[in-house]
Amino acid sequence: MEYYLSLFVRAIFIENIALVFFLGMCTFIAISKKIETSLGLGIAVVVVQTITVPVNNLIYQFLLADGALAWAGFPEVDLSFLGLLSYIGVIAAMVQILEMFLDKYVPALYNSLGVFLPLITVNCAILGGSLFMVNRSYNFSESVVFGLGSGVGWAIAIVVLAGIREKMKYSDVPEGLRGLGITFITVGLMSLGFMSFGGISL
Amino acid sequence: MSNVKEILFGPLFSNNPIGLQILGICSALAVTTKMSVAIVMCIALTVVTAFSNLFISMIRNRIPSSIRIIVQMTIIASLVIVVDQVLGAVAYDISKQLSVFVGLIITNCIVMGRAEAFAMQNPPGLSFLDGIGNGLGYSVVLMSVAFIRELFGSGSVFGLEVLPLVTQGGWYTPMGMMLLPPSAFFIIGLLIWALRVWRKEQVEAAEFKIGPHTAMSHS
Repeated sequence: MEYYLSLFVRAIFIENIALVFFLGMCTFIAISKKIETSLGLGIAVVVVQTITVPVNNLIYQFLLADGALAWAGFPEVDLSFLGLLSYIGVIAAMVQILEMFLDKYVPALYNSLGVFLPLITVNCAILGGSLFMVNRSYNFSESVVFGLGSGVGWAIAIVVLAGIREKMKYSDVPEGLRGLGITFITVGLMSLGFMSFGGISL
Repeated sequence: MSNVKEILFGPLFSNNPIGLQILGICSALAVTTKMSVAIVMCIALTVVTAFSNLFISMIRNRIPSSIRIIVQMTIIASLVIVVDQVLGAVAYDISKQLSVFVGLIITNCIVMGRAEAFAMQNPPGLSFLDGIGNGLGYSVVLMSVAFIRELFGSGSVFGLEVLPLVTQGGWYTPMGMMLLPPSAFFIIGLLIWALRVWRKEQVEAAEFKIGPHTAMSHS
């Protein structure tokens, strides 16, 4: 239990997927002007990440990894080169299913997430999560914890950035730095802050 | 003829994918500690963007618009798998250092963005050039960031020593900060600033105008 807790905390703070690995930066910078919308996007990422990482883990373990098809009588088949194509397929399908499910059963949440759900398919934080899972050879239960943790970490980072940007629009920024430039520098400072978690060993 | 030139070189400075279109930032930050790694990433991205634009443009009239995203994704993912396998066979060390970031070209918004914005409306030849142009625009930013980070962070360019390090009897104390993640953000932020001082038309409009100081009367 303690092991999973430390994996969870590590995924949120020490290995924050946005500020340490720079994943999902395009949406991170583009949709962080208001706290409300970034919170909605953050929640959507948490949900999708928690579902897709474990599903991709199962697909990798039982279909793609070297020798994984032994149960079907093909012990020498190695399909791991199909990995990228299957992960992105799973992500696109999951987002689509989630969209239809929310539309039918939880319309309130569906309306508040609205445009962000389809955007998540091309968010590199989601694909990155699955690729890190394969790279670090997590098992199924680890992948559930890692998926949830990295999603939460990304959500925290984007909400914090949105909070800063909401205040910052009232400040007198040099002309060329306005908008994109100053946002980059703010994210750099935040990333510097998150690096202070780096010394913690769990 | 001038049209071709604009498509090929426009994305370098006047319509840079990273500086203006906010596309493809993730990998721009993560693979720029060494120039040799960054240049492989640039070549990989340029190849994928150019060929995905070419193929998508060739079949653009046959793709039903309701499933176009998944068709584009499949084409891009297949190209990335080819690039990944080639890198693994030809440059194994560098492909290890790039780790997941080659795979992440699939979700790199430059590839998707150009497929959707350009290749779906234009003939194959022009789309191919547009892919190369945007790949070059991305490479310009990536290589300048990598140059600054490697020069000041480890005193070398492409692994060749330029500033002799103190640890090896030279005079230059490396800035460890340059090799850490946050420096990439600062450098890109400052590059955007420099670009916009040079090209004034890219400056964003202010959301709020700061009022002038009102003089207090002291009488």
